[in-house]
Amino acid sequence: MALKTKTSTRIGVTILGWGIALWLFFPIFWMILTSFKSEVQAISTPPKLFFMPTLSSYAEVFERANYWHFALNTVIVSVGATAIAIALAVPAAYSMAFMPSKRTRGTLLWVLSTRMLPPVGVLVPIYILARNTHLLDTCTGLAIVDMLTNLPIIVWMLYTFFREVPAPILEAGRMDGATRWQEMTMVLLPLALPGIASTALLSLILCWNEAFWSLNLTSSHAAPLTAFIASFSSPEGLFFGKLSAASTLAVAPILVFGWISQKQLVRGLTFGAVK
Amino acid sequence: MATVELKNLRKTYLTEEIIKGISLSIEEREFVVFVGPSGCGKSTLLRMIAGLEDITSGDLLIDGQRVNDVEPGKRGLAMVFQSYALYPHMNVYKNMEFGLKLSGMPEAERRAKIEHVARTLQLEPYLNHKPGQLSGGQRQRVAIGRAIVRNPKVFLFDEPLSNLDAALRGQMRVELSALHRKLGATTIYVTHDQVEAMTMADKIVVLQKGIVEQIGSPLELYHHPRNLFVARFIGSPPMNFFSAIFQGGDAAGSSVQLRDGSSLYVPVTSPGLLPGTKVTVGIRPEHVELASSGPNSGVVEVIERLGAITLVHVRMPDGEIIVVQTDGAVLTDVDTRVSLTLPPRNCHLFAPDGLAFEACHRHPLAA
Repeated sequence: MALKTKTSTRIGVTILGWGIALWLFFPIFWMILTSFKSEVQAISTPPKLFFMPTLSSYAEVFERANYWHFALNTVIVSVGATAIAIALAVPAAYSMAFMPSKRTRGTLLWVLSTRMLPPVGVLVPIYILARNTHLLDTCTGLAIVDMLTNLPIIVWMLYTFFREVPAPILEAGRMDGATRWQEMTMVLLPLALPGIASTALLSLILCWNEAFWSLNLTSSHAAPLTAFIASFSSPEGLFFGKLSAASTLAVAPILVFGWISQKQLVRGLTFGAVK
Repeated sequence: MATVELKNLRKTYLTEEIIKGISLSIEEREFVVFVGPSGCGKSTLLRMIAGLEDITSGDLLIDGQRVNDVEPGKRGLAMVFQSYALYPHMNVYKNMEFGLKLSGMPEAERRAKIEHVARTLQLEPYLNHKPGQLSGGQRQRVAIGRAIVRNPKVFLFDEPLSNLDAALRGQMRVELSALHRKLGATTIYVTHDQVEAMTMADKIVVLQKGIVEQIGSPLELYHHPRNLFVARFIGSPPMNFFSAIFQGGDAAGSSVQLRDGSSLYVPVTSPGLLPGTKVTVGIRPEHVELASSGPNSGVVEVIERLGAITLVHVRMPDGEIIVVQTDGAVLTDVDTRVSLTLPPRNCHLFAPDGLAFEACHRHPLAA
């Protein structure tokens, strides 16, 4: 009896798990599906699950816009922003995790508080700052804003990961004659690598998909993939086939990258939980 | 080899003073043990010597040089941590090599040193293992090896055996003592385990609440505790205490009246104490003798038979319990009445402020 209940529970949990996973994945699935439909099929009711796939939407998307230009901008901005953010966050998180003062907790909250501000609230000042420093429509400008947006989360995540590293190991390094820099690079970083990798990956994804600042601070020269998608959404009405094709093209690289590194990501995100 | 000198060392954390002015001299090749209950500041003091904690005030001298502001790695010390603190991402060889590499020692010299130390500690088969693949005892050895290989002036040990099981702890204790004899390095060792303190130390420093209660050789502390705290802390099972009234004293001893009215003449001096003062008598369980009849009688409440010895807990008429350590084969049973003999030469007297009366004769082993 007990075994039976257990089996049925297990089946229930499995179904529930798959259900949630499919529910989460459905928009992406539908987007990819739609990208292979013709414009007529794309808006047909009832929606068609089986149809003759066509690459016409992709062909038109490639014809109308230079995908590689946008993709390159996105790569530059997200990799650059992530690299700078990690470089700034590692020492910050290190000092807070291993040399806490009575103000550390407050500092952490204060750091996070900038995330609580709706971006649109600072749109005008940031726009003016970017304009006056000639950073409008440049990858540098967008990378700086993206970096600053994600920095709080990155500091928090690294702080949590660093807290998992036993302090005596770092102290042993200090006793062995390591300088602060050597202690960080030769002892702490190798130990916290899974955490740093998953933090970087998360930052990469956030930058990749960031749309608000991309749309407001860039126009053509530095426009990333989110602007590429947006360019297919409005003026002449909605063309779902092309929009889906553009979106699929935009998310495909990061999706593949995430898939490849998922083992690392899961390990990093559950780093603290499993010990 | 080196000397270490602490001059009125203090440590304040936020507003609380944790180390309250400790002065201490550690001679060359000496094995010094800091012992005390948890929270007494012994680990903090060690970490201050190591350089891992700032010194609020006072001077720390190593080989006569003030090192308060010298980086931990430049003080010429090596430390073995309670949790071993091995670098998990490096194998045993690299763990030992890390410090040597940082100091710029050439590769060949490093290899020779590590191999020599690995041989001494029987770590040769494990040089390519990561710490995660080793047992507790092996990790301990690696931690010690990592310390030895740097050829430090002073070894610091922070409760290094407390994560090991009892059997291994006993074995490592002997190994550490042997190693100390062989290397002859000045050693500072922190523990809360008085067996480790008694067996390994040349000199024990008993700490409580950030102050030194007594400094002395193990047997000095055992035979001539300076105050009630040390008397209670050193020795297992702990010393028995009961109150008495001071009657008077002369050059050869002091006389006290016990609660049952009997008198005890203890060979300790009592300068300036007024007759009638309430004092505390202390005697170790191993010094109380059991008799079947006589004065000082009580009822056996608990018997703990440990094989070689027996601990008899006797409830006295005034309600106090006195523990007697006696022969393993003693026939006494629970609820029987026994008499206790208190040999005066083994009794300690403590004044109301907790300080011990000075013994008229020093114990030969505790000169």
